[in-house]
Amino acid sequence: MSSLSSYLLLSAFLFALGLAGAITRRNAIIVLIGVELMLNAANLNFIAFWRFGDHPEALTGILFAIFSIGVAAAEAAVGLALIIAIYRQYKTTNLDRIDSMKG
Amino acid sequence: MPPSFYILAALTIAATAAALSLRNLVHCALALSVAFIGLAAVYLQLDAQFVGLAQILVYVGAVSILVVFAILLTRNDEATKPLVSRFSVAGAATALVVLGVLTWAIDKSEFTHRKLPPAPAATVRQIGDALMTHYVLALEVIALLLTAALIGAVIIAMHNEEPKS
Amino acid sequence: MTDAIDQIFVNLKHWLVGWCPADLQPLASIILSVAMVIGVFAGLFAVVTVIERKGLGRIQNRYGPNRVGPFGFLQFAADGIKTLTKEDIVPRAADRVVHYLAPLALVMPVFAAYAVLPFGRNMTLTELDGGLLFFFAMGASTELAVFMAGWSSRNKYALFGAMRAIAQMISYEIPLILSAITVVMLTGSLSLVKIVAVQGTYAGWLPDWNVFTPWGFAGFVLFMIAAAAESNRSPFDLPEGESEIIAGYYIEYSGFKFALFFLGEYLGMFAISGLAITLFLGGWHAPAVWLTWVPSYVWFMAKLMALILLFIWVRGTLPRLRQDQLMNFAWKFMLPLALINLLTAGLWHFIPPGGVRWFICSALVVGPYLMLGQGLTSPDKATKRVYRFAD
Repeated sequence: MSSLSSYLLLSAFLFALGLAGAITRRNAIIVLIGVELMLNAANLNFIAFWRFGDHPEALTGILFAIFSIGVAAAEAAVGLALIIAIYRQYKTTNLDRIDSMKG
Repeated sequence: MPPSFYILAALTIAATAAALSLRNLVHCALALSVAFIGLAAVYLQLDAQFVGLAQILVYVGAVSILVVFAILLTRNDEATKPLVSRFSVAGAATALVVLGVLTWAIDKSEFTHRKLPPAPAATVRQIGDALMTHYVLALEVIALLLTAALIGAVIIAMHNEEPKS
Repeated sequence: MTDAIDQIFVNLKHWLVGWCPADLQPLASIILSVAMVIGVFAGLFAVVTVIERKGLGRIQNRYGPNRVGPFGFLQFAADGIKTLTKEDIVPRAADRVVHYLAPLALVMPVFAAYAVLPFGRNMTLTELDGGLLFFFAMGASTELAVFMAGWSSRNKYALFGAMRAIAQMISYEIPLILSAITVVMLTGSLSLVKIVAVQGTYAGWLPDWNVFTPWGFAGFVLFMIAAAAESNRSPFDLPEGESEIIAGYYIEYSGFKFALFFLGEYLGMFAISGLAITLFLGGWHAPAVWLTWVPSYVWFMAKLMALILLFIWVRGTLPRLRQDQLMNFAWKFMLPLALINLLTAGLWHFIPPGGVRWFICSALVVGPYLMLGQGLTSPDKATKRVYRFAD
């Protein structure tokens, strides 16, 4: 097994785990954690491709990862604020019970 | 591959699995921060020092704390109810399919079989220069996004009920 | 001769490492340096606890510890034996694993932060390119340890203390980092070694330290206030306010684990003081040209002791803040001043040297300080307090 593919495999595992958690868990906070982990898996790909790529001096992967960290921080702040607002309304963070939009 | 990679990978995957499967939400948040630290260590191993340190500063120092606060501000009934939602089987199947496709693609690709090139120089000065010249528009957009997210988060989570007098 | 004394620890380490087999030399070098840092700063911790108790005693018109050893200076040995032999109590309801890990999670990042501090000429454990970022990353990771301690104890006072501590640390981290960024802007590097090297010249009788500029002075004051809040020192010791919530997040800790929390708190204070020295007070450089013969590490330690004594003095002088005062101070006073200070540092860079630069930058520091101070303390703003929950 070569070097780059092991980093990509690690990233794929993290992404699949995050996806599984985001889809299957009932708690909104855990779903957000799953989304964060998927973003992190994507970041790992950026860094790995930057490190193994042909033009590391362009720093594209690094800068993409930095911007991605910024976006993820904003996403976490807004997402958790939404969860708290929803909790005030429904007194639960259980996604199965927040279904008033369901026809 | 250095053995440190396998240790870090095992740690990160175990912590991720714990973060998404434990019943106690605070344990989930703590496992999540371990996963973030493991990923930061992998970045450091890939000579991406700045990103690794920023990862610790932002994720362990801020996002984990946010998650912990959200957990404490909401009451969870995880202890009594079933852990997974009604889509559990379909969700697990989807994740498995995604994992399978990704693994297949990584295995088939020619590009992924290259060896580690010599360590590139990514000093803080170079990153700063790139941010201020080539990527200055993206930097401004991120600044705008963070400001908007800050104000938005405060407004969404603000208590707008009047105190009972 | 002066060079030999200055580099004595560096040469000693090289000599000792030279005895090891070649393939063990990197490991031996790391172990020696880490052992040295742990030994020196744990020893300093022991001495400072006694100095603090004696100094506070003098400020409060009493003697302080004076029984063990000469003038009570061996009190730390008695304290150490006491904490080591005490029973280690874990509450029955506590989350045992998290409760056990919390002190370790606090002490480890604090010790790691020492890795990038330049203690003297050629005396830096690792010369990281992003040293300042590393320091702040380690500082930010201690917040989680505080939460772990407070939450796992299953005690409402512990949880209150942890929440107060986290809110305070997050709020004051922003002015802390913003005031440090001025130095980064003017130096153009995140490497602490480079930041010290830039401050190594002398202009007349005054050294070129960052604190002797308008933005540097404002930054230093803001940094020290935020540092006191980050390390939970008085007057920002609400997280452990003993009259309100007994001891805060480490109320349920006893014996050696309590000692670890105590150690972590003091080592955090030393580390952040060391960073203040590095950023604003010229690091290990001597304060005057004719004093450069004194070894560099002596200057670092002297400055460190001066800042520690300042912290003790402040602790003995100022009363504890209220929670709303704490938050108002951080967000309405420190944050605007830190942001204006960034602007001042930028102007300092672009205006050519001379009196005009000094005048504009000083006005930008003093003006907002006076205006904000007036606005926050003017008596007509003080209305009757409204109690939301206490009625």
